[in-house]
Amino acid sequence: MTADIRNWVHIGTLEDIPREGARCVKNGEMTIAVFRTAKDDVFALEDKCPHKNGPLSQGIVHDGCVTCPLHNWVISLETGAAQGADEGRTAAFPVRLEDGRILIDLSYSHEAV
Amino acid sequence: MTKQKLVIVGNGMAPGRMLENLFEKDRDACEVTIFNAEPRVNYNRLMLSPVLSGEKTYEDIITHGDDWYAEHGVTLHKGARISGIDRQAKTVTSETGITATYDKLVIATGSSPFIIPLPGKDLDGVLTYRDLDDVEKMLDAAKRGGRAVVIGGGLLGLEAAAGLKMQGMDVTVLHLMPTLMERQLDPAAGFLLEAEFKRRGIDVRTKANSHEILGDDAGRVRGIRLDDGTEIEASIIVMAVGIRPSADLARAVGLDVNRGVLVGDDMRTSDPDIFSLGECVEHRGMCYGLVAPLYEMAGVIADNLLGGSSEYTGSVTATKLKVTGVDLYSAGDFSEGDDREEIVLRDASAGVYKRIVLKDNKIVGAVLYGETSDGPWFFDLLKKGTDVSDMRETLIFGQAYQGGAPLDPTAAVAALPDDAEICGCNGVCKGKIVTTIKEKGLTSLDGVRAHTKASNSCGTCTGLVEQLMQVTLGDAYNPAAVTPMCGCTHLGHDDVRRLIKSKELKSIPAVMQELEWTTSGGCAKCRPALNYYLVSDWPDEYADDYQSRFINERVHANIQKDGTYSVVPRMWGGMTSSKELRAIADVVDKFNIPAVKCTGGQRIDMLGVKKEDLPAVWADLGKAGFVSGQAYAKGLRTVKTCVGTDWCRFGTQDSTGLGIKLEKFMWGSWTPAKLKMAVSGCPRNCAEATCKDIGIICVDSGYEIHFAGAAGLDIKGTEVLGLVKTEDEAIEHVAALAQMYREQGHYLERIYKWAKRIGLDEIRRQIMDDEAMRKAYFDRFVFSQKYAQVDPWSERVSGRDKHEFKPMAVLTKEAAE
Ligand code: SRM
Ligand SMILES: Cc1cc2nc3c(=O)[nH]c(=O)nc-3n(C[C@H](O)[C@H](O)[C@H](O)COP(=O)(O)OP(=O)(O)OC[C@H]3O[C@@H](n4cnc5c(N)ncnc54)[C@H](O)[C@@H]3O)c2cc1C
Ligand code: SF4
Ligand code: FES
Repeated sequence: MTADIRNWVHIGTLEDIPREGARCVKNGEMTIAVFRTAKDDVFALEDKCPHKNGPLSQGIVHDGCVTCPLHNWVISLETGAAQGADEGRTAAFPVRLEDGRILIDLSYSHEAV
Repeated sequence: MTKQKLVIVGNGMAPGRMLENLFEKDRDACEVTIFNAEPRVNYNRLMLSPVLSGEKTYEDIITHGDDWYAEHGVTLHKGARISGIDRQAKTVTSETGITATYDKLVIATGSSPFIIPLPGKDLDGVLTYRDLDDVEKMLDAAKRGGRAVVIGGGLLGLEAAAGLKMQGMDVTVLHLMPTLMERQLDPAAGFLLEAEFKRRGIDVRTKANSHEILGDDAGRVRGIRLDDGTEIEASIIVMAVGIRPSADLARAVGLDVNRGVLVGDDMRTSDPDIFSLGECVEHRGMCYGLVAPLYEMAGVIADNLLGGSSEYTGSVTATKLKVTGVDLYSAGDFSEGDDREEIVLRDASAGVYKRIVLKDNKIVGAVLYGETSDGPWFFDLLKKGTDVSDMRETLIFGQAYQGGAPLDPTAAVAALPDDAEICGCNGVCKGKIVTTIKEKGLTSLDGVRAHTKASNSCGTCTGLVEQLMQVTLGDAYNPAAVTPMCGCTHLGHDDVRRLIKSKELKSIPAVMQELEWTTSGGCAKCRPALNYYLVSDWPDEYADDYQSRFINERVHANIQKDGTYSVVPRMWGGMTSSKELRAIADVVDKFNIPAVKCTGGQRIDMLGVKKEDLPAVWADLGKAGFVSGQAYAKGLRTVKTCVGTDWCRFGTQDSTGLGIKLEKFMWGSWTPAKLKMAVSGCPRNCAEATCKDIGIICVDSGYEIHFAGAAGLDIKGTEVLGLVKTEDEAIEHVAALAQMYREQGHYLERIYKWAKRIGLDEIRRQIMDDEAMRKAYFDRFVFSQKYAQVDPWSERVSGRDKHEFKPMAVLTKEAAE
């Protein structure tokens, strides 16, 4: 059980990400896509589509989801799960917003919950 | 057996329906001749209001086009008013001198607008509201602007007022009575309606009695004076104060006529060989002004013409107001009386008002404002005289609340009896729709419309029809076949495009708000489409929403399967030089670009560029004079050329030069789907112009313009648009054609699909034959190019959208742990 160990890392501010857009954060080999929705909620997913590893950060953000730029799978920003008939899940990381500062916890993925 | 000769006077909605019923029963029994005073085919008169408001075009509302008459062997004399009937010889004669003999005659002359005999009623600019000519006159007046005064606050007057307002006029409605639509609405609903019209900036004056129409020296309307002395300036006056059955012809030939042409239950006039139907008749003391009764009459006549003995016994009617954004339904009688009880529901915050009038525990009237989906259910209970004692407590909340837990809407529709009316305009009941869906194997809304006419008129029952399809077909029903733009709206692309223009919607949130998107922020399907429509319609005003663009268009490079990008610079008309090739070679070396390829579009593709490197790659290419090739865009892609007169022994014109000119003139323009062109120097066609979206084949006598070819998922040779003599003409025609497509195409619809939808002849007519139209398209294209021809690469090299190309943070091992 690693669920209670939290490791928040400051990665930037809300203004760094366009509304309904995304930016990437590199962590060694892994790229994390950090999304900002129309309502200024922020979510973080591994930047890899469960279908064929498409870069989700490059997709269109809408209604709590992102549509993958390669073959249009729709992925939930909150859970990383593919929506509709498609099956698969991308790692989703907890995010906190404090005074416009974005913190993410990479040690912990919602996938485990 | 010889066919019986059937002649029809008037070609309105009633006889249109009668013929459909007739042909359905027996294709060959009658030889049909129709005379119509209006110079056109049959159209849906109800839909004149959406044409006036700009939400539909005349073409959209035609119910029986020329091909229908040809296919059914019906002779239609357009613009031929019947002036005489010889009942002995059994002939009719038109003002234009055409005579026809009948065995059976049908009089369907409809009604005429009533004109108040005010001083000034004959001035230029005093209009009525009955047919397409009236609408065209109003649209014409709207172009000149100014104020329109509409006399009459009934259904027609209000639809005219809303339409004229949407066309940009200032509008005043004068209504004699204290509240609007007093014949259909009770005062409370009338008041809500008045408030809504005022909110839209329409000046509504009730208890207003017109006194005199004022004119200027030239005999044109300049205003109106009311009884109380008030004067209102106006450039047009629309009289919508009621209609009168057009019964003069019948009266003149000695048929029994009262207010309208008198008919019995068999729909025969006092002459057994002459039937009559529609708004011109009077049946059991009633004259009708709505279509549902006419359709019932149509069925009765069709049967009786074939020797049947059907009877028409009268109709109860329900009314809807067709003003976008106003939901109003009224049926039956709602006057107050000692023997009546009423149930009222008001929800001021939601703008909802409902009133049901009961007599002896039966519904006799219903008025719904703001939320009308239960209208047909109430109307059904009303017509059947159902005893509602058991559901009195919950009746006003609608069908979903009857019998315990709320039902979902499809369950409510499933529970309707077979004879419940779904489409009030066309009198189509549930049973008919369900059986037709099953018999004909229908799966799309368009199919149901075509075969049953349900939802084919005012369209307000579309939701109900879709729910019925859902119930009937279950999983086999794919609402996508209905072709709304996407799951966020029930509107199709055409509707959305028209509404963006007519309501002047200039941002994505405005579209979603005004057109009642069902999701909060749209989806990956509708957002790019809306973004294109707005870019195309408001080139100078709309601020492009990059977050609504597909990644390729957002970062101006094509994404590859591994998340890298490809870079394709323009090589105008496929020409290049050692300097350009050297610059490309240098860039490839400097950034370690793994692949370089000649594309199918006569230029060079550098594949596998990392996103972070894109601005630097573009900066180097820009120094050598390259701009983006837009190989990623739903926009102008390439113009392929062949070597033409410069080198080729067969070349007839400078195909390379023309291709370069076209590409330099048209690059940067956004189009519904990608637009590829080519110019070949002779019919040997080495640039493959005859499979392009737009292609030109040079010939000795000039330039043959082609369009609507395809060579991708579909393969299709082009169609010829026409031949022009000079290069300048060629450019003008091509740009005008592209603009027409830009304005009308559905997002992602290639030009060949668009052309199929619009019709090749119509496109040729507008671009080749109608010079004024072509010039207007051309000018709009040029205007839009002012804003479109900005090289996106150099913009980004100078810092635009920096955030796109850099990670937000790079975490070190320590930070992450
Ligand atoms: C690079 C190129 C292939 C090549 O190596 O030659 C190419 C590459 C792609 N084509 Fe193409 N097409 C290329 C010429 C064509 C041609 C030939 C032509 O233009 O003369 C056609 C047939 C003509 C036509 O347009 O229909 C063509 C018909 C398609 C289609 C089918 C379109 C259709 O409506 O039928 C697609 C799929 C689509 O657009 O949805 C497509 C889609 C694509 C995409 C964009 C696939 C994608 O969505 O990622 C490829 C992008 C690769 C990249 O990153 O560059 N490509 N593609 C050509 C680039 C031309 C250029 O210079 O801009
Ligand atoms: C703007 C508008 C909106 C409406 N909205 C609704 C609505 O929402 N719901 C609803 O139920 N109803 C509505 N109506 C009413 C509906 O359109 C009519 O009830 C219906 O069209 C009447 O059909 P008809 O065939 O009797 O007559 P019409 O459709 O009027 O057709 C009569 C035709 O006969 C022709 N004619 C007349 N005299 C002669 C002659 N001597 N020789 C040859 N031809 C002749 C006329 O030119 C006309 O084309 C609306 C009407 C208008 C004008
Ligand atoms: S044909 Fe076009 S879309 Fe298909 S693989 Fe080749 S480049 Fe890609
Ligand atoms: S890789 Fe995302 S949909 Fe195919």
